[in-house]
Amino acid sequence: MPAQTLRFLCPNGHLGFAPLKTGSFRLGVETRPDFILADSGSDDIGPGPLGSDTSTSPREWQRHDLEHMLLAARELGVPMIIGSAGDTGTNSRVDLYVEMIREIATKHRLPPFKIGWFYSEMAPTLLREKLAGGEVISGLDGRPDLTAEELAATDRIVAVAGVHPYEALLDRGADVIIGGRSSDSVIFAAPAVRAGYPEALAYYLGKVLECASFNAEPYGGKETVIGEISMDDVKVTAMHPEQRCTVASVAGHAMYERSNPFYEHVAGGTLDMTHCVYEQLTEKTTRITGPTFTRSQGVRVKLEGAGKVGERYVGFVGIRDPYTVAHVDEVIGWARQQVRERFGEDGYELHYQVYGRNGVMGDRDPLKERPGHEVGVLVFGVAPTREMAEEVAITGTRQMFYARLPNVKGTAGGVAFPLDEVVAASPAYRWTLNHTMRVDDPLELFPLHVDEVRP
Amino acid sequence: MSAGTSKTLGELAKTVRSKNAGVDKITFDVIFRERETYELVKRSGVLTRATVAALYKVPEERISDFVTFDPAYAIKFTLYRERPSGSPGDADIFGAQQYAPLLDVEVPSG
Repeated sequence: MPAQTLRFLCPNGHLGFAPLKTGSFRLGVETRPDFILADSGSDDIGPGPLGSDTSTSPREWQRHDLEHMLLAARELGVPMIIGSAGDTGTNSRVDLYVEMIREIATKHRLPPFKIGWFYSEMAPTLLREKLAGGEVISGLDGRPDLTAEELAATDRIVAVAGVHPYEALLDRGADVIIGGRSSDSVIFAAPAVRAGYPEALAYYLGKVLECASFNAEPYGGKETVIGEISMDDVKVTAMHPEQRCTVASVAGHAMYERSNPFYEHVAGGTLDMTHCVYEQLTEKTTRITGPTFTRSQGVRVKLEGAGKVGERYVGFVGIRDPYTVAHVDEVIGWARQQVRERFGEDGYELHYQVYGRNGVMGDRDPLKERPGHEVGVLVFGVAPTREMAEEVAITGTRQMFYARLPNVKGTAGGVAFPLDEVVAASPAYRWTLNHTMRVDDPLELFPLHVDEVRP
Repeated sequence: MSAGTSKTLGELAKTVRSKNAGVDKITFDVIFRERETYELVKRSGVLTRATVAALYKVPEERISDFVTFDPAYAIKFTLYRERPSGSPGDADIFGAQQYAPLLDVEVPSG
């Protein structure tokens, strides 16, 4: 049984998406935490980065945070752990971060240390074999179980790790860990579970720390917070001089971007926060007791997958004539018909968003029948080739100009063009996998690597 | 508040927000500063599975979760998306601007 508490410093809720703030980070480092950790991933950014194997975060911001964290961790001689490298946690993103760590070590001539990393990508062929062997790949959030067709539409898959690869790399003596795709909370839970703290408190610690200062008030992202675990409780403290971790801010964070504030599912079990008790310990610190953790029977690992839908072009028109604004759906209908006559019913996608009416909410907007005095229409054409996507988009955009409304006064053109062209956007992707798969060994999808960094 | 008057959630709540909960759902949080206001809104019945479904023009089956969360003085519900976030045709990749209709919900004073 661990005799003391362990303290965890988290400077950023999504490393790379915006740089950490160095002031509160240094204040946190001066308190000599036992671990410095951050999650670097998110599925909020849409399916594009995973599908195309890119980052949405600029390299300089990724390097900025890795540099601050590495220098502090080596200065204190404590482990540094990063999860879901480079937004998506694909193999190329893990390699990118490992390489950045080596470069930073060389630049600063750091004494030798051990780096550990693991991969999370799953080859679609491997999943195809599992499916063919009768394995059920269960759909989450109302999705049907995975079919061969949906898998065939998938370009890239990552498995979402639990605590297991992090524990294994710490066992191997890694001073720095770069993780593939992982549940946010496990990055923090792994060292605490490994040190012998109760699983419930360890996972709660991860849950409350993973977004850094989003659990503090007043609102302000990218500031450092410190979580402390004992055998009985978790305490969380804001490091920024103006921020506090309050009962309201900490409890409020339990709800953030989760469908339910009471449960958090990870590979291997479920954290239950229903009976959590929150107490204001000091002005900047809130204490939490009472979470429970139930291990699952067997381990199911979540899989995320993205597939390319097609190339994409974008057009835009404005409308000011009140009669045309009122009949914008007929204008769109005309343009759609012209695209249909050229390309047929399917084999492409054409989408319209009418800003100034219901561009943001679509059919769910209760004010859909009360458009503004002018509206802007964004037009998306998606098709297998760039040439076709461009033609779908330009037809769907320009033909709005020629729409034949029976009582329109203006007969010299029905819409205004700020651009007489359509613009190439990045290819369109969609989330094809949000599923879980049974594994016999929680490490089987996460190959481990350890190496010495000798600048 | 005097009897017979009403205020909107936009006036009463500290926070009204929406955000992705994974790739297939959007979750909504209505958070109050004081317990009294939170209890008033809970009691009023203006936020229930049925009223939220009507407000967002979806059948109740499209609401995956509806909970009240006492430690944060919050009412929270989650809707299944029409299409996964970021798919062609999705206008709100983060789900961050779907809460606006909640601001106008009228809450009769207790």
